[in-house]
Amino acid sequence: MLLRQALTIAAKDLRSELRTKEALNASLAFSIVILVLFSFAFDPGSETIMEFSGGLLWLVYSFAGALVLNRSFAREKDNDCLDALIASPAPPGALFLGKALANCALLLAVELVSLAAFALFYDVRIGAHQFWLILMVTALATWAMTVIGTMFSALTVNLRLRELMLPILVYPFMIPALMAAMLLTTDLMAGMSIWGNDSIWVRVLVAFDFVFTALAVVFIDVVLVG
Amino acid sequence: MNALEIEGVWKYFGDFPALRDVGFRVSAGSVVALLGRNGAGKTTLLRILAGLSKPSRGSVRVLGEETRKESTRRRIGVLGHGISLYDELSAAENLELFGRLYNLPDPRRRSDEMLERTGLDRVRDGLVREFSRGMRQRLAVARAFLHDPQLLLLDEPFTALDDRAIAVLQSMLAEMRAKGATIVMSTHQLREALELATHVALLKKGEIAFAGERSQEMVDDTGWLYRTYGDETRSGGTLGGEN
Amino acid sequence: MRDKLLYLLAAVAAVLLTWNIYKIFMVLPAEANVAAYKIVYFHVPAAITAFCGFFVALGASALFLATGNLKYDAFAAGVTEVALAFATVNLVTGSIWGRFAWGIWWTWDARLTSMLTCWLMYAGYMMLRRAIEEPTQRARLSAVLSIFGCVNVAFVYKSIEWYRTQHPSPVLSIRNGGGMGPGMEAPIYWNWLALACLATVLIMIRMRQEQVSREIDSLRREAHAF
Repeated sequence: MLLRQALTIAAKDLRSELRTKEALNASLAFSIVILVLFSFAFDPGSETIMEFSGGLLWLVYSFAGALVLNRSFAREKDNDCLDALIASPAPPGALFLGKALANCALLLAVELVSLAAFALFYDVRIGAHQFWLILMVTALATWAMTVIGTMFSALTVNLRLRELMLPILVYPFMIPALMAAMLLTTDLMAGMSIWGNDSIWVRVLVAFDFVFTALAVVFIDVVLVG
Repeated sequence: MNALEIEGVWKYFGDFPALRDVGFRVSAGSVVALLGRNGAGKTTLLRILAGLSKPSRGSVRVLGEETRKESTRRRIGVLGHGISLYDELSAAENLELFGRLYNLPDPRRRSDEMLERTGLDRVRDGLVREFSRGMRQRLAVARAFLHDPQLLLLDEPFTALDDRAIAVLQSMLAEMRAKGATIVMSTHQLREALELATHVALLKKGEIAFAGERSQEMVDDTGWLYRTYGDETRSGGTLGGEN
Repeated sequence: MRDKLLYLLAAVAAVLLTWNIYKIFMVLPAEANVAAYKIVYFHVPAAITAFCGFFVALGASALFLATGNLKYDAFAAGVTEVALAFATVNLVTGSIWGRFAWGIWWTWDARLTSMLTCWLMYAGYMMLRRAIEEPTQRARLSAVLSIFGCVNVAFVYKSIEWYRTQHPSPVLSIRNGGGMGPGMEAPIYWNWLALACLATVLIMIRMRQEQVSREIDSLRREAHAF
């Protein structure tokens, strides 16, 4: 039941976003711009780019992602839709999960395009086997970003300075997950295995996802219902 | 069973009590006009009844149960200041969404019914952002009544509605009353509210100054209630803006 | 009664601090294996106080959410702000120590980096509080943030530690050098006691401020409402 309501909300959010594509376009444009800017910061042709690849990509993902995550609960404020959702029989947990699912899908779309752009701009080859692992790591870390971002979007939804507060709150919280994602992605881009020494970072991501999803579902009620 | 039982409700914003020891009962089928000046606590109380807010102290039982229970929320309809509709979705999509959230057995059919009822069936696939103000109001009414609620909470419903929307709202309210639904409506349009109402509750500085049956005297002289129980400075007439 | 307690604690803190400073600078040897090691007697207790503070704030926040009593919120806010101040002390003393020990103002030492991340999270908490006007909403939302923050402290600390074992950098420590003779560790704990008394005094003052601020807010609401 909770899942069904969550999927209804997720479908609504995705339909809304795909119709206007405001956040999606802004996010994609921003990520391309950052990739271009990075080419001025580093020498794109050098070998050392591989050492930064994970870090670069996740900086791009997290900055572009903020644009999508900001809209998450903010879109409910127009026309007072948030009140109607809270008053409806749908549990706040379903509201949260639905929005998180939609955000995650949108973020993954932006990230995949960014990854393609990155491979293009910096002449990086990604093997088939690596690609699936990269996808797995990206999905785990994107879910982490989504959970924190969506939760804090709910937290700041009624604030005047909402757009400013969200990045200030989200980025420090994301540090463990971003660190793990950067390390793992760099390993994978360089063709190294993540199941050896670095397997601990996979566990960090999974634990982070698990703990904060649980916390979010528990506390979303307190946050939304005054 | 009473439709609404409010007992000892206090609501604090910090140390400031916006609602002080509010309590009254509403029996099923009544229409309650919730009156009071701006800042008296009408919206605060309605939000608590709608389950949007929790009281700091006291209890609220809607149809015998807690307000936040899923089964209770299923039976409450809310019409607030905003239209609570998504601009980027069509009229039909909006209604179907809420139909699904309210667990209706056939959201599409019910949504079509309501669209016809409110005269919006020709624009069912139009996006809400392209609608005129009146059309948006009518769709908002459709959304509030979509799931056949047993308790209706309306916050200043007649404000800013055009004639057609008012007509739709009044006919739907009459339909709900015939089905035995309970209506609580806060309003500044004293005349319209008092004519519909069976009971009246007056909030003054967060407290219930009067709660009881509507009398003919109230309808004849809309200022009477305020003079008797509210501010002595008020001379009557319709409330509007900063009086 | 409360004022008397405040003055008593302040006196105790002053006495302890004076005695400690005397002991640290006059009694202990001037040189150990590590340069400028005496700063550790403020650096470490400040860290302990800060982390204790974050943990206590978690408890206070949970109590507020459970009871709705705004006194717990005032306590949580006070504790967090004081903890943040001690975290700042830790970061600054750590930076100074690094300058003397390694010649650079900032080494990405695991503990300093963790403290910096926690500092950023709780600075976000202070900013959130400032952005919300209504006291009960402020209490509710910052309580949730405090809980998330404290849980994340564990993730942050452990992740950064693991990262540093894989990518070592200069470490600020006196234990490594073996320069700690008998009686040299004790002042850390005595100074912690002094700082804890100081912290308590500051928290009590802060709580009083919160209470007065709430009273003012409540008077303002009453004046504006009617």
